[in-house]
Amino acid sequence: MFAAATLALLVAMALALARALLGPTVYDRVLAVNSFGTKTVLLIAVFGFLTGRPDFLDISLIYALINFIATIAVLKFLKFGDLGTRGHLPETDEEVAE
Amino acid sequence: MEILIDIASWALLVSGGAFCVIGGLGLLRLPDVYARMHAAGITDTLGAGLILAGLMLQGGLTLVTAKLFLILVFLLYTSPTSTYALANAAYRRGLAPLLGGGTPANKDGDSSKP
Repeated sequence: MFAAATLALLVAMALALARALLGPTVYDRVLAVNSFGTKTVLLIAVFGFLTGRPDFLDISLIYALINFIATIAVLKFLKFGDLGTRGHLPETDEEVAE
Repeated sequence: MEILIDIASWALLVSGGAFCVIGGLGLLRLPDVYARMHAAGITDTLGAGLILAGLMLQGGLTLVTAKLFLILVFLLYTSPTSTYALANAAYRRGLAPLLGGGTPANKDGDSSKP
């Protein structure tokens, strides 16, 4: 039954990868890669049980952390064009005019 | 008793896998970014939740289950955060959501004006 879950996850990962390749905007690609990462976390966890080695869960946990940090970093880079800024965007139209 | 837990765990694993595939299909087929976020949400909540619950039943009361629970809690906290950041970044950049009738809304949310 672990094999069925693994197969379903692989199909879902292929679909997410197709969306990441198709685009059309960069936000579609970021969303697809984030979703792909979540499915990878699940795949590593299920694969650990499939091969009878649940120690893989540590890798899965670290992958979840890295996936989140990577998504936020890419989005910050897209928003500011720089990872070192303080992170303030203009909120109102007056601030935009300045 | 053992067989009952196995059956419950298999049901959870298979339905979680099915929800993952549904989320993947939505990611591929829905019309714009904001709609696709909705599909990605299915994978992050129901797909991950059911699969991890199925694995937890297999693990029993051990450290394995604690780790699985930690992964589940972490996914449930991070996936709304990254979805919010993505939607916020896309909207601030001026990517208008598709409204009913297939016309993209302008920045004020009024679909009658282009």
